Amino acid sequence: MRIKVLCRNPDDYLRETKRDIHRVPRNYDPGLHPFEANREYVRALNATKLERVFAKPFLGSLDGHRDGVHCMCKHPRSPSVLLSGACDGEVRIWNLAKKKCMSQVQAHEGFVQGICSVPDGSSFLTCGTDKIIKQWRLSPEGLIYSDPVSTTLGKTVFQGIDHHWSANTFATSGEQVDIWEEDRSEPVRSFTWGVDSINYIKFNPVERHILGGCASDRSIILYDMRGSTPLRKVILKLRSNALAWNPMEAFVFTVANEDYNLYTFDMRNLAMPLSMHMDHVSAVMDVDYSPTGREFVSAGYDKCLRIFPVDKSHSREIYHTKRMQRVSVVRWSLDNKFIISGSDEMNLRIWKAHASEKLGALKPREKTAFNYNEKLKEKFAHHPQIRRIARHRHVPKMIYNATKELRTIKKSQKKKEANRRAHSKPGTVPMVAEKKKSIVEDVD
Amino acid sequence: MDGKSDVKDKRKMQYQKLRRYFIDDKDCREKDSSHQTQKDFVNDTLVFTPYLDHKLHNKIERWNKKKRWMKDPPEGKQFKSSHGHQNEKVQQQKEFRKKLDPFPGDAPVSQEKIKKYRRGKKLQSTKTRSKLESYKLIEKEERQSLAVIQSARSELLLQEEAGFLEVEEGEDITELTQYDIADVVDITSAQKFFELNLNEFGPYRVNYTRNGRFLLLGGAAGHIASIDWLTKKLLCEINVMETIHDAKWLHQETMFAVAQKQWTYIYDNQGIEIHCLKILDSVLRLEFLPYHFLLASSNSKGYLSYIDVSVGKKVAGISTGLGRLDVMCQNPNNAIICMGHPGGTVTMWSPNVKEPLVKMLCHRAGVRAIAVDHTGQYMVTSSIDRTMKIWDLRTYKIMQSYKLGGGGGHLAFSQRGLIAAGIGNIVEVYNDCINNTMTVPYMMHQLQSTVHGLQFCPYEDVLGVGHGAGFSSLIIPGAGEANYDALEANPFQTKKQRQEAEVKLLLEKIQPEMIHLDAGRIGQMDVKTYHENIEKLQVSRPNKIKFEPKYKMKGKSKGLHKEHRKKGVVEKEKTQFIRDKLKQKQRVDKEKEHTQSQTCGTKSVLDRFIKSAQ
Repeated sequence: MRIKVLCRNPDDYLRETKRDIHRVPRNYDPGLHPFEANREYVRALNATKLERVFAKPFLGSLDGHRDGVHCMCKHPRSPSVLLSGACDGEVRIWNLAKKKCMSQVQAHEGFVQGICSVPDGSSFLTCGTDKIIKQWRLSPEGLIYSDPVSTTLGKTVFQGIDHHWSANTFATSGEQVDIWEEDRSEPVRSFTWGVDSINYIKFNPVERHILGGCASDRSIILYDMRGSTPLRKVILKLRSNALAWNPMEAFVFTVANEDYNLYTFDMRNLAMPLSMHMDHVSAVMDVDYSPTGREFVSAGYDKCLRIFPVDKSHSREIYHTKRMQRVSVVRWSLDNKFIISGSDEMNLRIWKAHASEKLGALKPREKTAFNYNEKLKEKFAHHPQIRRIARHRHVPKMIYNATKELRTIKKSQKKKEANRRAHSKPGTVPMVAEKKKSIVEDVD
Repeated sequence: MDGKSDVKDKRKMQYQKLRRYFIDDKDCREKDSSHQTQKDFVNDTLVFTPYLDHKLHNKIERWNKKKRWMKDPPEGKQFKSSHGHQNEKVQQQKEFRKKLDPFPGDAPVSQEKIKKYRRGKKLQSTKTRSKLESYKLIEKEERQSLAVIQSARSELLLQEEAGFLEVEEGEDITELTQYDIADVVDITSAQKFFELNLNEFGPYRVNYTRNGRFLLLGGAAGHIASIDWLTKKLLCEINVMETIHDAKWLHQETMFAVAQKQWTYIYDNQGIEIHCLKILDSVLRLEFLPYHFLLASSNSKGYLSYIDVSVGKKVAGISTGLGRLDVMCQNPNNAIICMGHPGGTVTMWSPNVKEPLVKMLCHRAGVRAIAVDHTGQYMVTSSIDRTMKIWDLRTYKIMQSYKLGGGGGHLAFSQRGLIAAGIGNIVEVYNDCINNTMTVPYMMHQLQSTVHGLQFCPYEDVLGVGHGAGFSSLIIPGAGEANYDALEANPFQTKKQRQEAEVKLLLEKIQPEMIHLDAGRIGQMDVKTYHENIEKLQVSRPNKIKFEPKYKMKGKSKGLHKEHRKKGVVEKEKTQFIRDKLKQKQRVDKEKEHTQSQTCGTKSVLDRFIKSAQ
């Protein structure tokens, strides 16, 4: 007779000392783990609920400006430094970590129309309605020297300014687009196309000689700094307010439009936008990409920020507070963790880029738990209960009602179009894609 | 003071010597002189220095040796530091290893093992609307198969091996007594065979906790005892002075439920009454569903009720109308309650449906006991007509039918698929009786009186039997799962671990609405709703009806009146259209059914229980 009976030696299963960690033998036999799918679902549901519970994106506001914030610029080297220009011509430099204003300077008379930093972060440029471009130096401690390094007087009012990503050239926009060099007082090159002024100008971060601009004749214009004439232009139904290049894909950019939408274009084909991003209920004032190029944030005249995934037409997140008024400018911080918005009521606000993210260093166990929960949420994202909880957002009454109204308007327009199509000769009322409707003309 | 200054002087001297040593060492290096001078100094320092200097000296000497060796190495050896040579060396080592390893690459994993860990089938096609999604699917599939292989490979890490019992030819296995086994095995295992003589308050119902560490005994005459049966430590012992029908542990060893004469009570591990559940009256059998925190109970009036013990609320109550319900068990895989009835039928219930999900005729006489194995694949039933049948719960078809020596009053499945049957005062254990027809029981044991409760202890080779004269713990080699998963059930749990596990369990409580015959349903595609939606889209709409009401005099042709008349006619047409459609559908369905019933050649006994056929 051969016999063996299960007999476990406790020494193999218990920890040796109290300072040791517990022994946790595992057996992955599916028979020992009943209700796997069910338990995973419950975990996913809990994770989704917790995400909503911890969604507290507002981190703090920076007050100090004496007029509405009109422009903003990130420091290219230090993620905790931010420059902002207000409607009264004042420029302030902020330390985001301390939530403090480091120093301020009265830069212009009237609006500070644009502000941009030099690639090495040692100085920055501002332009104003007083037709002046000023260059300011920053001290090593991050303070502004009260006297500008250089002052350039232009012929026309400047509406925007942006610095080249590596060379010491910068571009201003206004009645025409001018390319300047830092050590010259005259523009190196000027571009004009039509008579209307260009209100926004932005260098491409990858293809560095390419510029994109928004003009007040409702067009978006592309320039090559090396050429003598602008490259291409596309005219939309309404004016675009701002433009942001995707930092990871050189040829993609997004514009914030007055028609409540944002449009993502491929530079190579302007006839039709890649996608249209809806959800705002008023004009979109500004847009900025996350450094990963996967998402962007938009500032709305409807007193809220929205975060869109690049390939989605609806926002994944809306940020608002009772006190925040029209948001005029927004930036996504270079560490991909924060969003800073500037609004009409003279405040800058700091938000988390991911509303429920835990800030600060994470312990490895926390990290794995978060990763696991992320995966679970992804796995069960399509289950109705989970989707409902994950999608729910409380929005201000104004936005809620406006959305409803917009929906009815769109519905009625659609119906009207369908009726028109039904009652006209076949082919006379063609089907046009929604995102193409806003394009008026693509000009080479 | 003098003493102190002495020490100081001594230190000073030491320091100077050391310095000299260093300087001279440097000189040595410069001069490339022989080690003669060095040695002198070494001897010199050794006189003075305690441990530290000694260490220093050794270090320096080693360094000098190395230097000398580098300068003029012994014959045949050469000092080389070129990268190319190192690479060569690494290459050589690699090749050497290659030659040595007769089984290069990962160890192969047997298909059987892979099958064990595979959940569901592989995707048939990865066609999607976009190419990217298709790639994602393929990648996901690959990752899943990798996970299967890895978990199969991790079997290597399991510590224990399952028990077994083999006899040589000529030996009769049925004559093997527990005493024989206890004699042969080691002392700790032998202690697992014991008997408790409790003549006064029996017969006893038995229940082990999920980790197999604690035992609950409920005597019919009111005696309750909970024991840490391995150490034989008594946790509590009370007498409720009332008939006890059943006793079950709740999710952990801190609480248990007892079905008493009138009501059901919950006690804690000290025997203190926590709750009296008056909504559960005259309960005969209790079952606890640990992942749902549901206490299912069946009573003598044919009422099945579910109580959520985490919130203390009744989840469902079903009046079965099937008479006294004293045969009950749970399917541990999907939390479905199975009940046996005097008519020979077995019914399966979930709290969400008021009717049985399954009703199968298992025996020609009353069902006396049911048990379902932990994978939820097999069910074993026994009846008064002395038969024991094994059913496949995936197809609801019979696998084996055995004739026993008597009517099996109690049945139990072990984790490794052994079946125990209590027949009168005899306990028989069957091995390998599901897929193959067995002829002889694996083990047998005779008790002093009739069996009243049976359960295999989880993760142990032990069968607990409650009977009229007390309790017997029998050793059944090969019954329990050898390797436990500590995150699921841990026999060596500490108090802290238990508390943490409780919180985890509560957080992961599955809602009773999710109880379904197919437990993995939630992870599958909802094809049914999809098809329904498609169908809804495809339902044809009635044609537009052009109807112009006739002109009528006396103001009946005013705008509104006319519109009303028009609407009435249109509505009528519409309803007629829908009615016609429905009728047509019904006709088609009926025809389909008819043709199906004709084409099905093989008729099953269970067909009579199909609803539509009745």
